[in-house]
Amino acid sequence: MAKERKIGAYICRGCGIGQALDADRLEEVAAREGRANLVRQHDFLCAPEGVETIRADLASGEVSDVVVCACSGRAMTSTFRFDGVAVARANLREGVVWSRARKGESSALADAGSSDSSERGEIPAKTGETTGEAEVSSSERETMQEMADDHIRMACTEIRFMTPPSPSLEQTLNRTILVVGGGISGMTAALESARAGYSVTIVEKSATLGGFAARLWKRIPDRSPCEAPVDPGIATLVSEVSVHERITVETSSKISRTSGSPGKFKVTIERCDPASGDDGSTGSRTETFGAIIQATGFTPFDPSHIPELGYAASGDVVTSSELEALALAAKGEALVRPSDAKPIKSVLFVQCAGQRSSKPGHLSYCSGYCCAASIKQAMYFQDADPSIETVVLYSDMRTPGSGGEDFYRSGQSRGIVFTKGETSAISAAGEGGGARVRYRDLILDEEVERDFDLVVLATGMVANAGVDSEANDTKTDEPDTNASAPAAIEIPVESILNLTYRQGPDLPHLAHGFADSHFICFPYETRRTGIYAAGPVRRPMDIAQAREDATGSAMKAIQAIENAGRGRAAHPRSGDLSFPKVRYDGCTQCKRCTVECPFGAIDEDEKRYPLFNESRCRRCGTCMGACPVRVISFENYSIDTVGQQIKSVEIPDETENKPRILVLACENDAWPALDMAARLRRSWSVFARVIPIRCLGSVNTIWVTDALNAGYDGVMLMGCKSGENYQCHFVKGSEMAQYRMTKIDDTLEQLGLEKERVITHEVAITDIERAPRLINEMERTIARIGPSPLKF
Amino acid sequence: MSENNNEMIERYRGNFLREVEDNVEEGEWVKMCMQCGVCSGSCPLGPHWDFGPQTLFMMIRAGKRDEVLAAEGPWMCTSCYNCIVRCPRELPITHIMHGLAHYAVRMGLAPKNQPTRKFSDLFWKNLKADGRVNELRLGISLYFMHGFVDGIKTALKKAPLGLGMVRTKRMNPMEFFGGHKVRDRKGFHRMLEKAEEIESARIEKGPRPGAE
Repeated sequence: MAKERKIGAYICRGCGIGQALDADRLEEVAAREGRANLVRQHDFLCAPEGVETIRADLASGEVSDVVVCACSGRAMTSTFRFDGVAVARANLREGVVWSRARKGESSALADAGSSDSSERGEIPAKTGETTGEAEVSSSERETMQEMADDHIRMACTEIRFMTPPSPSLEQTLNRTILVVGGGISGMTAALESARAGYSVTIVEKSATLGGFAARLWKRIPDRSPCEAPVDPGIATLVSEVSVHERITVETSSKISRTSGSPGKFKVTIERCDPASGDDGSTGSRTETFGAIIQATGFTPFDPSHIPELGYAASGDVVTSSELEALALAAKGEALVRPSDAKPIKSVLFVQCAGQRSSKPGHLSYCSGYCCAASIKQAMYFQDADPSIETVVLYSDMRTPGSGGEDFYRSGQSRGIVFTKGETSAISAAGEGGGARVRYRDLILDEEVERDFDLVVLATGMVANAGVDSEANDTKTDEPDTNASAPAAIEIPVESILNLTYRQGPDLPHLAHGFADSHFICFPYETRRTGIYAAGPVRRPMDIAQAREDATGSAMKAIQAIENAGRGRAAHPRSGDLSFPKVRYDGCTQCKRCTVECPFGAIDEDEKRYPLFNESRCRRCGTCMGACPVRVISFENYSIDTVGQQIKSVEIPDETENKPRILVLACENDAWPALDMAARLRRSWSVFARVIPIRCLGSVNTIWVTDALNAGYDGVMLMGCKSGENYQCHFVKGSEMAQYRMTKIDDTLEQLGLEKERVITHEVAITDIERAPRLINEMERTIARIGPSPLKF
Repeated sequence: MSENNNEMIERYRGNFLREVEDNVEEGEWVKMCMQCGVCSGSCPLGPHWDFGPQTLFMMIRAGKRDEVLAAEGPWMCTSCYNCIVRCPRELPITHIMHGLAHYAVRMGLAPKNQPTRKFSDLFWKNLKADGRVNELRLGISLYFMHGFVDGIKTALKKAPLGLGMVRTKRMNPMEFFGGHKVRDRKGFHRMLEKAEEIESARIEKGPRPGAE
């Protein structure tokens, strides 16, 4: 606050605010308590004339910072954005006027909200200005006015601790993309990026491009009519990639080091000749890339350690990927039995082999592609000779994708027999070769034992996601499935990216060894900004899905590059220029920020201070919430911008029976839910004071203790769902908050307060009815336990 | 008939699904069943069957020839068409059930004392005689379906109903001795003979045309 600041507060009377509230009193609050240098009222602030008033004041130098006292900060964002000017919003419309329960609501108010006119900025009809108002009692009017007064105080306080964020000038624009993995996902991502004008380097571990799909004879069709297996199309893709002028291919190579951040990833690519020994390094070079796409695919599950699958017992039991190899070698000729080269008359496909089971050594998940793959392989036999008996033994037929069901039908009409059953044992059949299968027919409810010439195990996908950097922390609450299944899960132990990040060398895993990719809300986002996972490395999928995935990740990589070049945050605060600033002289090197950052954006410098990497940062503020000495802040979001707002609220005397409930609502889900609830005229407690926050993870416990010390009767935290099926936009933010809040009980005890006074809720954006209800419940809780003893 | 049966067993060598596809009306649909069970769940008589359509289709695929052809299930179908309406795979289930029943009779494996089967026989005989269903005679033959004593008992029990019907002119007792007939009885019989001739010629020829 070095330069002189002139705060201008603009109070809008549109959308029913003027009818419901005393604008003159608001003006007085803004001027006296909010210490605004200039206060103006306007009937319709978002109209061109209203905005022009603000612009004129800014241009004349009368005002340097703007407080808009009108609608929610989520509405009219572009209208009230002024370049280089800090803007605070007092939420009078959704936060106060629209969220009040009133009997005999005035028709003018109802109209203003139910039609879209308010959003479009039309002046609502004023005809009913006085009707209905009489039915609002003066005390109700007063509590509502108090609520509005507090919103003005909060916004005027916030602005004084804010500065407009500006680019740090640390940015680099680097329009090159590194694609790790030269399979179908990697090649698709490379081609899509190159077609968009970005230079691409593909690093492939093996000697040729193509990946798993290159070892297929045919693939599952994904275009209508989806009746027969089609050519994998790898040759075409490889040639397209090879001739593209903006694509460089590095085969027999791997990545030995990755440092930096989006826009300036420094990557060491090591060429290795497998012929020349163990490591076989034959030189390396370092290049700079703007973004990275990790398309490292999967390894087929190895069933040899599951005795009941009989994989080791009989040569005529093969996995589906081995059958592909046989089919590829046969080139359409009739397949023969692997053990004795005799013709095959009967084949059994065992679905979910070593999958979808909680037994030790099995994969617990469905790999999604195996049902259609088995149908495809059964067609190999049926098409060669319709008299071959092909049986698919399934427990649930799952053929995702638009053509999946057609393909299943096509298989049935060709005479493939589908039997619902569960395999119990597979063994060698004896003298004549083949395999003996025992299974339970689940429809006929009986045990069956039969010999087949060939048994194909439809095994699943194990992700090549590298090292799980979080394997040893915070997962203790999970049942220990991994420990009992060591051989199955631990196939890729070598790091893929070799990141020099403090938080580990690879993308963190979510579950079952797949890379965490925010699979519920934003599938391509990972927890390492600028590095995007595509294909089966992030979840099991088939070729059609992998190609779509690769295209999406190319788009995200391009966004990351362009954002990084402008110093702007990537998803979800796209375009945000604010960036954590640290007061290093206060830092105690506790390292909580470096550990808790969901995106691994913070490393350590040589003096062991946190080292922030701007373009890796997603601006969630989790570091700020974590910091026990509160030295981390953003220009427009800090301990003070929220903390001082909390303190600016007027706390009535306990005899007045007007409790105060602080609601810290996540701006991504809980706050929009409340806004929408207000638009639907759902009401919540008039005693609540809602402050939007970037993420629950940014909540520093000082806010909670300050609020309680100031005499608030209760504190509510509303954030997104955490845990394995998280919906937090910043992945770990709400989880961190939950964890921190488990420790708040001690603080409450020290203060001599009841535990019920602080509560954390998981609120989804769809909880439009629930979110206001939760606030009302809190009001009842406070009524039950009585006012806070800390009021004075 | 058992000779016929042996011939079929010989011809299909345990591939009952193929046998059904070739010989049962609409049998080529059986392989398209996806075992969702909506048919069995929708059947109003479902709880009274030994095997519902879903199970029967699975049994056909599993090659359980004797069990399927001796099953009571196909005879319990009342042609309400609930299953056809609801089948997500659009299988003509009702027709397949009747096709299976018919084929079971042909193979001599249909359940002997199944009441609906007996009723079907009686109905057909009754109709074939004069080209019209003689309801009085059909009713009486149903009374005696399970033997003479049982028939007398049922007849006595139903006597008030019958007398009431006579009194209100709903039933003419003289129908027992003749009744309505088609105008050209001989022509009608010749027609049936011709139809039977065509059908047996088709069976003689082997798989139905159009079947795989």
